[in-house]
Amino acid sequence: MTEAESPLVEASPTRDATLAASDVVLETVGVTKSYGAVVVLRGIDMQLRRGEVLGLVGDNGAGKSTLVKILCGFQPPDTGKIYVEGKEVSFRSVADARRFGIETVYQDLALVPQLTVAQNLFLNRELTLFGGVGWLSAGKMRQLAKNYLEDIKVEIPDIDAEAESLSGGQRQAIAVARATRQNAKILLLDEPLAAMGARESALIVDLVKDLSRNLGVSMIVIDHNYTHLFELCDRLNVIQQGRIAFDQQVQDTSVEELTKFMVSQYRRELAAGQKLLEQ
Amino acid sequence: MARAIASDSNTRQTPAPKGRGSVAYWLVQRAMQQRELTVVLVTLFVIIYFSIANSAFYTTANIITVAQYIASIAVIGFGEVLILVLGEIDLSAGAVYLSSPWFMYFFWTSGMPIGWAIVAAVACCAGIGMVNGLITVWLNVSSLIVTLAVNYALFGIVLIKSNDIQVDMPGQTGHFSIIFGIGAWSTILWAAAMMLAIWALLKRTRFGLHITATGGNLLAAAESGIRVRRVKVWCFIIISSASGLIGILDAIRIGSINPGSSGLDTVLPGIVAAVLGGTALAGGRGTIFGAALGAIFLGVLEDGFNLIGVNANWFYLAEGVMILVAMVANTQLGIVARRFRR
Repeated sequence: MTEAESPLVEASPTRDATLAASDVVLETVGVTKSYGAVVVLRGIDMQLRRGEVLGLVGDNGAGKSTLVKILCGFQPPDTGKIYVEGKEVSFRSVADARRFGIETVYQDLALVPQLTVAQNLFLNRELTLFGGVGWLSAGKMRQLAKNYLEDIKVEIPDIDAEAESLSGGQRQAIAVARATRQNAKILLLDEPLAAMGARESALIVDLVKDLSRNLGVSMIVIDHNYTHLFELCDRLNVIQQGRIAFDQQVQDTSVEELTKFMVSQYRRELAAGQKLLEQ
Repeated sequence: MARAIASDSNTRQTPAPKGRGSVAYWLVQRAMQQRELTVVLVTLFVIIYFSIANSAFYTTANIITVAQYIASIAVIGFGEVLILVLGEIDLSAGAVYLSSPWFMYFFWTSGMPIGWAIVAAVACCAGIGMVNGLITVWLNVSSLIVTLAVNYALFGIVLIKSNDIQVDMPGQTGHFSIIFGIGAWSTILWAAAMMLAIWALLKRTRFGLHITATGGNLLAAAESGIRVRRVKVWCFIIISSASGLIGILDAIRIGSINPGSSGLDTVLPGIVAAVLGGTALAGGRGTIFGAALGAIFLGVLEDGFNLIGVNANWFYLAEGVMILVAMVANTQLGIVARRFRR
């Protein structure tokens, strides 16, 4: 069918112009990944807009974490293209992806428990006096850390407190703050509300909304908890069998619809499996 | 509109209101927040005890004896603080301490001027540290085993090269000797200088922050781009160089070197000093001043037992019990102190 093929053919030459106009900061086109004989991603076409919070849903093994590993530069895709702000990129390392402003935030892995809030915020980006010696400019870092946390409206009672003494929500907030302070424009958040009380998670939700709306930070959130996703996200994508199978704005869908979609898909897979067994 | 991220487990102490009772509370609170508190208390205790028990304790001669005795324990302890903060351990520092004067002696007998012989010997020690570090980080062997093996290997090298014969140290005369070991306060002043240098390195520089980060959360440190392996190798180089230098100074002070002792008896007091001082064996936390106090504690203990004439057969038992008591006090007080720190 020529009609079906034509948009695909036309897409590539005009891509740059279209992307700039629609403000897409991150796009994947036909990204695939296999581990040996196991095909995990069969062709992911995904778009993330500036200041958008996109939720990734999928069963275990559907390919969410594989996709995130590719996006953060941990591993390359087998085929397919990744565009950051309209430019095609290929990441050779996590540091490479970070240079393009893409950063993963892990709740428990991110901070050094024995370092203070300020020290954690500046980890490996420390300010020093007299150049080569590496003498820390502690006062300045402290002040800048304080100012930055005030800017993004994160209130930490004591900037000199060790990260160990902070709550899970505070640690998460510091980890997010560090990423955005280091000019991350696209954050990948892995279960950002896990193991948090209602009050704490509300504060992280506020921070996420604040960063995305006021600073234009885009985020991809992975979570198994639909309630969390509906609280945090603007849009939801379901990955099934290595493809994006569902793409809806949160206001156009509901937890019920999403659950129904996941269950029906699960039933279909189950039926297919049974058929295979019977044959 | 500020967003307060509060947590119930983390209510901060409000500044104490004015008044005698609360000033005392504030003092207790401040004291409790110091990681070195226990070691300060037990060291004060043994100093007071021995100065009451024996009048010879407070003589200049005795204080010099103690100072000379603790210099090496302290310097090895400072190095171990860095290594322990990384979550590693170095058992070879004692062997490095004992073998570096031999390196210097061999360089000197081969015709090198004494100053250069010292430099070359310390460089050899740095090389040993580098080997420790590289094997640990690149071949993934536990540093406990690597450094234990290097400890024995160094002992062997010294025995082979020296033919198990004691020799006299060079550098016994002139201003040079007074600076490098002979002067009564020479070794302790060198130790003090190294204390300040290593403290500044750990607490005031970028590199020191990276040591803490590497030991505190290896993954997060590596994720942030810190070259954690390089940090570790450098710390092994630092402890070896420092131990080697103080070893040479002690050997010049004593005047002769004996090939017959293994390094473990030298390195273990250093590790004890570091741990007594409040450095965690698990990594991430360390205090240089604590290690200095731990070394003073061990030195005063040894000296005090000698002064009051504890029977030689009882000596090690008494020392062992005292170390255990100090360490238990440390742990128990640590639990109380943590409440004040939050």
